[in-house]
Amino acid sequence: MKPHFHTPTVGRASARLPGSESAKERAEARPTFTRRQFLKTFGGGLAVLWLVNRTDLRAQAESGGRGGRGGRGGNRRPSELAAWLHIAADGTVTVYCGKAEVGQNVRTSVLQAVAEELPAPLSTIKVVLADTSLVPWDAGTFGSQSTPGMFPQIRRVAATAREALIDLAAKQWNTDRASLVAEDGKVRERSGARTIGFGDLTKGEKLALAVSESIALKPATEWKVAGTSVPKLDGRTYLTGQHAYASDIRRPGMLHGRILRPTAFGASLASLDASAAEAMPGVQIVREDDFVGAVAATEYRAAQAVAALRAEWKTTPQISERELFAHLKSTARDAPRKVDGDLPAPSNETRPESASHQLRQTYHVAYIAHAPLEPRAAVAEWQDGRLTVWTGSQRPFGVRSELASAFRLPEEQVRVIVPDTGSGYGGKHTGEAAVEAARLARAVKAPVKLVWTREEEFTWAYARPAGVMEIDASIGPDGRITRWVHHNYNSGNAGLRSVYDVLGKVEQFHSAQSPLRQGSYRGLAATANHFAREVHIDELARMAKLDPVEFRLKNLREPRARAVLEAAAKAFGWAQTTRRDGRGATRGIGIALGFEKGGYLATCAEIDLDRAAGRVRVQRVVQAFECGAVVNPDLLKNQNEGAIVQGLGGALFEALRFENGRILNPRFSQYRVPRFSDAPPAIEIVLLDRKDLTSAGAGEAPLVGIAPAVSNAIFDASGVRLRSLPLVPNGLKV
Amino acid sequence: MSNVTSLHVNGAARACDAEAERSLLSVLRDDLGLTGTKYGCGEGQCGACTVLVDGVPIRSCQTPCGTIGPQKITTIEGLEQNGRPIDKLRAPSGVEGLHRLQQALLEVGAFQCAYCASGMIMSGVALLAKNPNPSDAEIVRFMDGNICRCAGYNRIIAGIKLAASRRPNGGAQ
Repeated sequence: MKPHFHTPTVGRASARLPGSESAKERAEARPTFTRRQFLKTFGGGLAVLWLVNRTDLRAQAESGGRGGRGGRGGNRRPSELAAWLHIAADGTVTVYCGKAEVGQNVRTSVLQAVAEELPAPLSTIKVVLADTSLVPWDAGTFGSQSTPGMFPQIRRVAATAREALIDLAAKQWNTDRASLVAEDGKVRERSGARTIGFGDLTKGEKLALAVSESIALKPATEWKVAGTSVPKLDGRTYLTGQHAYASDIRRPGMLHGRILRPTAFGASLASLDASAAEAMPGVQIVREDDFVGAVAATEYRAAQAVAALRAEWKTTPQISERELFAHLKSTARDAPRKVDGDLPAPSNETRPESASHQLRQTYHVAYIAHAPLEPRAAVAEWQDGRLTVWTGSQRPFGVRSELASAFRLPEEQVRVIVPDTGSGYGGKHTGEAAVEAARLARAVKAPVKLVWTREEEFTWAYARPAGVMEIDASIGPDGRITRWVHHNYNSGNAGLRSVYDVLGKVEQFHSAQSPLRQGSYRGLAATANHFAREVHIDELARMAKLDPVEFRLKNLREPRARAVLEAAAKAFGWAQTTRRDGRGATRGIGIALGFEKGGYLATCAEIDLDRAAGRVRVQRVVQAFECGAVVNPDLLKNQNEGAIVQGLGGALFEALRFENGRILNPRFSQYRVPRFSDAPPAIEIVLLDRKDLTSAGAGEAPLVGIAPAVSNAIFDASGVRLRSLPLVPNGLKV
Repeated sequence: MSNVTSLHVNGAARACDAEAERSLLSVLRDDLGLTGTKYGCGEGQCGACTVLVDGVPIRSCQTPCGTIGPQKITTIEGLEQNGRPIDKLRAPSGVEGLHRLQQALLEVGAFQCAYCASGMIMSGVALLAKNPNPSDAEIVRFMDGNICRCAGYNRIIAGIKLAASRRPNGGAQ
């Protein structure tokens, strides 16, 4: 289900987050199908079915790449069914999918999709993911697109196969296909006279037809496997240490690498004395321009060798954190247009001077790091000019392109295998470690493993963009918002569009020059934009002397948004919980509403403020979430629970500190992430299952409500309005 | 310092030849092929590398292998070996060879990417050995050095409590 995360855009300056993101996501959501020799097979009349006696696709893939599954059809989804699904003679169903498992449990939702539509028992289905020589091309695992994009595609694949299997049985028994039904891995006569297993029908041969685009899929109301809490696939292998992450891959003759890193971003190598390192037994130093690394039999020795390198770096002055927000404003590419000019023709209602209240505030968010517990890692192996790399990535085909480009190879000479990964949260769209490991391996003519250290991961990966948000809004005497102007500088336009009904609205994103390398992150700018908007809304509600829930409902028509707001407030007991309105309480409550990536959410938070210690503790969170028809309730709840606690880090204390091209806190001892003691003891997730609506992804949306809800709760307890993330990196003194 | 040539791991002496100052983590992973124990930070802050040494949880990334001597090391691979008893920390037979904490965490669906799982389990096993029926607050205090970036903390707490409720003999240990 729900892949974590967002656009693959990564860049240092003027990151093109919004435009490229939407284009890519549209491409992902609405695949174009190429139709080749196998045209439409279904849709009335007798189906023609081709079985091709050339079945060993895996052997093809491993022997050469060309002719294998990977990348078939170029960089677009292939239409051939056989690229997606194979049924062996023993009935084992293998499904091939280009998504990467990063903990979001896409492996499980793909399994459910096949089991539902084929249908076949869960235990007979194998899911092959993210191996560019085996799976059909895919843009990547981001933007919460696996559920809205891939889940229906896999269902179409399985449904197409189902109809083909029924055709095969009808032909074999010389009977009317209407008298047959597919269930539980078999085709059965409705009369009950005969059954035949899927494997006995295919005999392991390829189902050579096109995936039907128009085939009817089972409505969610009839789901038996989809929509249920199928446990995480292969869950046991993770709990026994048996699952091999990229950093666990071992190859015969493999050596270990380390990279010499510059002392600052953008530095160039002025001089290098490698003599001491090269004199170390078993050490090989690799230098290609500014790229310098050491390879040895152990990581320890390679690290010692890198430490023995004497390098001088030429650095240039860079923007530091204290100058950050002014820099983002001053380098914004397109200055905000004159606000009034963007609003509808002024009426009595929308004129600021006719408003009961006007509120103009500025909000900030800091850069934060993804800090996946498994840092970037890769094992690279060259054989006869062909390159194979095992690495943790959300974009296996993107990394293949990076490698092909770096080494001037045709893409089919490169195989990228992504073992289920120690997560990414949007932070593993790129293939730095893969390229570095391959460079080392090519130089030393042996397979090389490279695992980034935690310091490297914090320093040389990319960050969630920092940003400045300015909101100017007015409300009328009836508590309706009459005017809403929201500018975002640098962090992005995800979540910028609000769900509230406003007479006049301007919502603009302004790209800027980012001093740090920035890119995708779970939810990306949706957290920043929701934070600014929902804190602003809270402040407006208090100006209007209205309850925050009542104020939101007054300005909200969208029924799905109203539904989550009311569900969260009810489960939380909002109406029964006394609000303090900042009057010296130790306990405060706050609420926030959100809409992102097709999912609606409302988050209620209750915090304790220890005034003496200045400590904010989030005690209780209730989140109502609705993303259409739920594919897997328990995994969706888990995704929500995790997003809330992960989001608490960025809300309360996470920030990358930087000065003149250096990260100042590149360790877990210096960069605080949420721990057991930070997790709210009570987290309740209320899922609204809309079986009448298409399933949307849920890897990102559940993250965006917690920061504004907590900020609003802090105000409720203390009377202090916090408008910058992180809210209380050094505690709160009131 | 002379090289370490043997370590007692998961019930057996394992031959190796490692510089004494190398981390136990790298020797377990790279020399002995026990990759269930993970690297997360290299400074003892995240707990991904947790193993037991004579039943005591330690951060193997911070522990030079030369300091172990004859002490008995238990890694995640040692908790589960097809039902074969490893030590008294193991679960009673009949739960498919999983330690009762592994079984409980599986049942509550605690993990997403699960990269932290080995370290979490080793810390949790050590906690249950010391405190068979821990309160939520005791679990939080004991486990606070283990980071889960997918942030499934509450489910891990639930898993530890479920495992505690199933302790053998219903009494101490």
